[in-house]
Amino acid sequence: MATDKKDNHWKEDFPVYQLESTQVSRRDFAKFLCLVSGGLAVGSGYVAIKANFFPPEKIAGEHFVCKKYELPVGGTRSFVIAGSTIPYILIRMENNEFRAYEQKCTHLSCAVFYKPGSGKIECPCHNGLFDAFTGEVLAGPPPRPLPRLEVVIKGEEIFVKDFKSDKENSERSNHSAT
Amino acid sequence: MPVTNYRTDQEFFVDMQRCIGCKACEMACSECETNGHESMIHVNYIDRAVTVQTTVQVCMHCDDPVCANVCPADAITKDEFGVVHTANTARCIGCSNCVMACPFGVPQKKETYDLMMKCNMCYDRTSAGKKPMCATVCPTQALYYGTREEIAKMRPNSTPVNNFIFGKESVSTKVNIMMPKGSTSLIID
Ligand code: SF4
Ligand code: SF4
Ligand code: FES
Repeated sequence: MATDKKDNHWKEDFPVYQLESTQVSRRDFAKFLCLVSGGLAVGSGYVAIKANFFPPEKIAGEHFVCKKYELPVGGTRSFVIAGSTIPYILIRMENNEFRAYEQKCTHLSCAVFYKPGSGKIECPCHNGLFDAFTGEVLAGPPPRPLPRLEVVIKGEEIFVKDFKSDKENSERSNHSAT
Repeated sequence: MPVTNYRTDQEFFVDMQRCIGCKACEMACSECETNGHESMIHVNYIDRAVTVQTTVQVCMHCDDPVCANVCPADAITKDEFGVVHTANTARCIGCSNCVMACPFGVPQKKETYDLMMKCNMCYDRTSAGKKPMCATVCPTQALYYGTREEIAKMRPNSTPVNNFIFGKESVSTKVNIMMPKGSTSLIID
């Protein structure tokens, strides 16, 4: 020990000298507990404030995804919108309608996928199931429907834009009607 | 940190040549309640067939105690005065690593307790400013506990040595061995 030159870093964790071993006093432990619970309180506060006062930004404008012929029936294409990191999927349903959703499961953010032929979007992590036409939760733990984008088709090109729910849409059409 | 009256000016000096094998130290040590009436000091015969010469071994309280370094249970620790304490009974798992590692053969595994026991320089006494039990009873002063000046006056022809060379390993200790004047280290091969 005295003469070998091997690195003796392990001694820092297992000191032989009583003075080097750390003593955790009741007071230190209480301080640690306060710090941790304070941290948890601040953290939950941050999450609550972020969710309630800074709602996620809406997507402005229309974004090109791909050409129609690039997506076969029952197929899925994943994409992101410039300036954001949220992954989306575009689905060409069997009846030739298009749907676009966030790919993050609303339960614990696993990547969801469309199960061709079933009309359902599945989350493999905890068997969450969403309706591929509306994004509604059909089964499993997800608490909210999948956030949806509106698909706009212009000739051969597919664009997405911020989705207005049917309610909003109908309200708008009511207004324009009157 | 607990306050003690440990006298840092006093040291342990062992003069093996003066040991007459009376075992008074063993008796004194085993009378001490703190070690369960077991002697923590050991008197050995050098070569009993040819000589009656005995030696006495206390824990040398190594500067870098191998016993503590090899202990997987962190049971052996060294305090701020350099005293290497005996195994913390709550921690010792009785593996005997320290017994095999100590170059001086000090720690002993007591099978009845499943525990290692070694000399802790009578910490109950030395921390109160007293001398270790063995040193106070040794009739020939083969065991002496006191200051360096005292020993220099008492043994003008000897020097205290606390460096030991075991093959390629050198070990320095808190406890001194009296060697012929001018010696600096003891080579044990
Ligand atoms: S002499 Fe042996 S028991 Fe004493 S400190 Fe050194 S290694 Fe440990
Ligand atoms: S016998 Fe006890 S004190 Fe010695 S090394 Fe094993 S656990 Fe440590
Ligand atoms: S993350 Fe999708 S069901 Fe749990």
